[in-house]
Amino acid sequence: MDRQQVEKTALLARLKLSESEVVKFTEQLTGLLDYVAILNEIDTDDVEPMAHAVEVSNVLRDDEPASSLARDDALSNAPKSDGVYFLVPPILTEG
Amino acid sequence: MHHTIVIGLETHVQLLTKSKLFCGCVNRFNPKNPNVQTCPVCLGLPGSLPVMNREAFLLSVKTGLALNCDISQFTKWDRKQYYYPDLPKAYQISQYDLPFSHDGFLEAEVEGQGVKRVGIIRAHLEEDAGKNMHDETGGSRDSRVDLNRCGTPLLEIVSEPDLRSAAEAKAYLDELKLLLNYLGVSDCNMQEGSLRCDANVNLHIHGDDGSNIATPIVEVKNLNSFRGVEQAIDFEANRQLEIYQETGRKLGDPGVHKETRGWDANRSVTFGQRSKEEASDYRYLPDPDLVPITLTVNEIDEIRQSLCEFPADRRRRFSTAFELSAYDVSVIVNQGAEFADYFETVAGECGDGKQAANWCTQDVLRELNERNAPIGEFPVSAVALGTLLAKVVANEITTKSAREVFAELLELEAIEPTDALSKIDQIIEERGLAIVSDTGELEGVVEAVLAGNQQIADDFRSGKQGAIGPLIGQVMREVKGADAKVVRQMLIEKIGE
Amino acid sequence: MSIVGSTTEELLGQLASGDVSCVELTSAYLDQIAARDPEVQAFLRYDRDDALQQAEQIDAKRKRGEQLGQLAGLPVAVKDNMCTKGQPTTCASRMLENFVPPYDAHVVTRLKEADAVLIGRTNLDEFAMGSSTENSAFQVTRNPHNAEFAPGGSSGGSAAAVGGGMTPLALGSDTGGSIRQPASFCGVVGMKPTYGRVSRYGLVAFASSLDQIGPLAGDVTGAARLLKVIAGHDARDSTCVDLPVPEYTQSLNEPLSGLTIGIAAEHFASGLDAEVESIVRRALDIYTSLGATVKEISLPHSRYAVATYYVVAPCEASSNLARYDGVHYGFRAETFENMIDMYATTRGEGFGDEVKRRIMVGTYALSAGYYDAYYLKALKVRRLIREDFDRAFADVDVIASPVSPTPAFKIGALVDDPLAMYLQDLYTLSANLAGIPGISVPAGTSSGGLPIGLQLLAPAFEEERLLRAARMFEKGGE
Repeated sequence: MDRQQVEKTALLARLKLSESEVVKFTEQLTGLLDYVAILNEIDTDDVEPMAHAVEVSNVLRDDEPASSLARDDALSNAPKSDGVYFLVPPILTEG
Repeated sequence: MHHTIVIGLETHVQLLTKSKLFCGCVNRFNPKNPNVQTCPVCLGLPGSLPVMNREAFLLSVKTGLALNCDISQFTKWDRKQYYYPDLPKAYQISQYDLPFSHDGFLEAEVEGQGVKRVGIIRAHLEEDAGKNMHDETGGSRDSRVDLNRCGTPLLEIVSEPDLRSAAEAKAYLDELKLLLNYLGVSDCNMQEGSLRCDANVNLHIHGDDGSNIATPIVEVKNLNSFRGVEQAIDFEANRQLEIYQETGRKLGDPGVHKETRGWDANRSVTFGQRSKEEASDYRYLPDPDLVPITLTVNEIDEIRQSLCEFPADRRRRFSTAFELSAYDVSVIVNQGAEFADYFETVAGECGDGKQAANWCTQDVLRELNERNAPIGEFPVSAVALGTLLAKVVANEITTKSAREVFAELLELEAIEPTDALSKIDQIIEERGLAIVSDTGELEGVVEAVLAGNQQIADDFRSGKQGAIGPLIGQVMREVKGADAKVVRQMLIEKIGE
Repeated sequence: MSIVGSTTEELLGQLASGDVSCVELTSAYLDQIAARDPEVQAFLRYDRDDALQQAEQIDAKRKRGEQLGQLAGLPVAVKDNMCTKGQPTTCASRMLENFVPPYDAHVVTRLKEADAVLIGRTNLDEFAMGSSTENSAFQVTRNPHNAEFAPGGSSGGSAAAVGGGMTPLALGSDTGGSIRQPASFCGVVGMKPTYGRVSRYGLVAFASSLDQIGPLAGDVTGAARLLKVIAGHDARDSTCVDLPVPEYTQSLNEPLSGLTIGIAAEHFASGLDAEVESIVRRALDIYTSLGATVKEISLPHSRYAVATYYVVAPCEASSNLARYDGVHYGFRAETFENMIDMYATTRGEGFGDEVKRRIMVGTYALSAGYYDAYYLKALKVRRLIREDFDRAFADVDVIASPVSPTPAFKIGALVDDPLAMYLQDLYTLSANLAGIPGISVPAGTSSGGLPIGLQLLAPAFEEERLLRAARMFEKGGE
């Protein structure tokens, strides 16, 4: 992974990295990605991917309403709120 | 040089389930009371997990079948990842590569054109986000986030780019909305956001030399009414033509990407939106918290059997069964399933489809529009109206009298249907509206009137057909509700004797 | 008989007979915490008054003759990544330092229903990512047997609490070995159930297809009892199976006659500490003396397990941790320019290094153009690893192996070498990838006095077999 890829990935992951972190991570992540490349040694053309650890399907719930949280509880951990809404800084938009 | 407008529509409809897609919070439009319909799951709290709503999936499959799609026997759920304040998990649970339905079509009647078949690429199920409200003054105040809507079940229906005009687009949307109404899947209310539509528009320019060029595709968002869709399409077509003539840029040119534009309903224009910093990389991932859904061919068939009649089929049936004009059928069926049911009950009760159609499309519809109410809230039940009309058909009262009764029933507001039936008889009795056609009752009066009008009788005998008119009038004044035809017949017979 | 150091069965007996009250018992453990934890630092939070109040209520219940739950007054420590209503659940991260869930995790509800005393919240590697509990944002936990050494991770706090006699029982979570490895390092029993055996509702997700909650205890019976309490169907977790839960403690002491134990040649390759190897081989001798047969099996894809895990887990983690953005809960940075900057700054300041590393790897591997090469590929190798186990279990009843390649390492030794730290998990993470259950039981001590555990693995949903096999060894070694 090169520095540019690290910066691009950090943007995609919404992670603000310091300069030293960018340098450190570039090295460490390159090492890790080099290591996991050994997976390419195996021929997996005819293998189905295993996304779940348990073979279960069709888990459905009945369409019955259940109680919701009171607004105070829903907002209880909000970093910023006016008691009714979650508040976030505005997005920088044009037009 | 001429051009073709090419349009594909992407429609999102909210499903009419009682609870949200992955949790038990109630599924209700509630903008006035923010953040009261949430729970750890739809808030995306750490540790929360989704569980699929059975009814949402069933409604989805029904829709897929009604759109003539193939239903996947194996379908799974994927996370579509992006960051936005109205998306608490920072991913939307949706379907990426294995939607539950694909490759269908919808046929819609386009005014002045006939039936247009529009291909459906796919329909899939996903959860809705919450609402992020910006500072309207354009200032730098915080945006406000309401998560009531977060987790509501959404069906995304993607059409093929088969539409060729604003009129076709409108016809498609009208028929889609009607179909979903008939299926009970969604109420498709654009004002409340239960139906949202994005349009993908471009032009195919046909040169005089036989060349064919496609302009870059533009996605138009924030369309908030069917009319808006039409206007936006026409605006875009003109704008793209101008741009093409100026720049010659076409689809596939290097550096040319799909553009996103918003629709400004106030100024009736599309406007460019800031292009995203990075092209949307949604990093789709099969959701490890949800398991796949499998359906057997039998199960799919069972669902198909349980489907109600589609608007297209109902139109055909009404046309043949009740011998109605295409226009009447259209008006009735397009009002929605409930209204069509109403009509059908009325027609069944009175035994005359045309009578029922006239009354429903005129008297009832007029009242509904004035009251701005749905048929479900109409004070005169279908059985009551049908019974009333049956009397007209049986010649027990005149149409004019029936309108009198109808007017009075309307005033009564909601009463029990059984009460309505006796009420009808009561009103007829009170106002003496019953047509008297019992010859016995009329005999005496007819003879008396004739006796007093020998000259007119002679006139009639000598060929003046019209002379009889005043005599009929006299009898009818004497006997309220006398059936004019019967009186006429009796007079003629007696004159002839 | 002293309370601290007794087995759970002994304690339950004393409670039932009235020899000891719940308050007395809880006090004894609280005293032990006060004595040892200033050095061990296993607990992030505990409240003496609250614990005693819980104990009082249970004593009162017993006095009223009411039916008590299966844990009937036993203290249980809970890893701080399982939501407890009204109490901070921090995941040892600055990001959730002040997060107070408005709901209980399923397992916490089960503990309360079983009349456990929730004695405190234990330390972990931040968001359960790590093998040493050095990645906690708040404190480093030390091995109770030697304070210079790590207790293992990520459930290092829970393992150290049990190993240091500060609680008889604890809950941990295991994504790549995070219960078994610290259990081995701290000299206690730690078990990861089959994936889907225990509900994950309320467990703050790290890697959703790998995470499982499991018990830590001083002995196999205690672990069995705690597993029975937390296992079973929960409609709020779609991946939690609806299968009956056996009475694990009932059959526990019946040895498995004709037991075949598989050992994989691949597990005894170079890199395995000589003392660890000799203790594992001695354990196998004990089994043989008990009538079991040891058989060689092959797990040909085991050498790819670490690589597979370190693609799958970070990918899922990057997705699960995307929600920590400072909008609806958790930490929000103080200074930022606009919304996007708020996200990036919040996450940059709120997460520690290891968490950031894994988010980066996962984000990269899932990004456009790389999905097939990394994530999809890893999921395919995962299936091959699972098939290795299926084939092996056709021949043997359980598989035995070391838990980790070395005994506990010194604190600070591996912190700057992520890959070396990852390789600590090479024996444990296959079980998470395959979804099968595994247990670590104390098997001996190194010459330096550090505990070394033996790992046993069984097919999916064969916890009963696993526990019986473990109990056999425990008894046989007595």
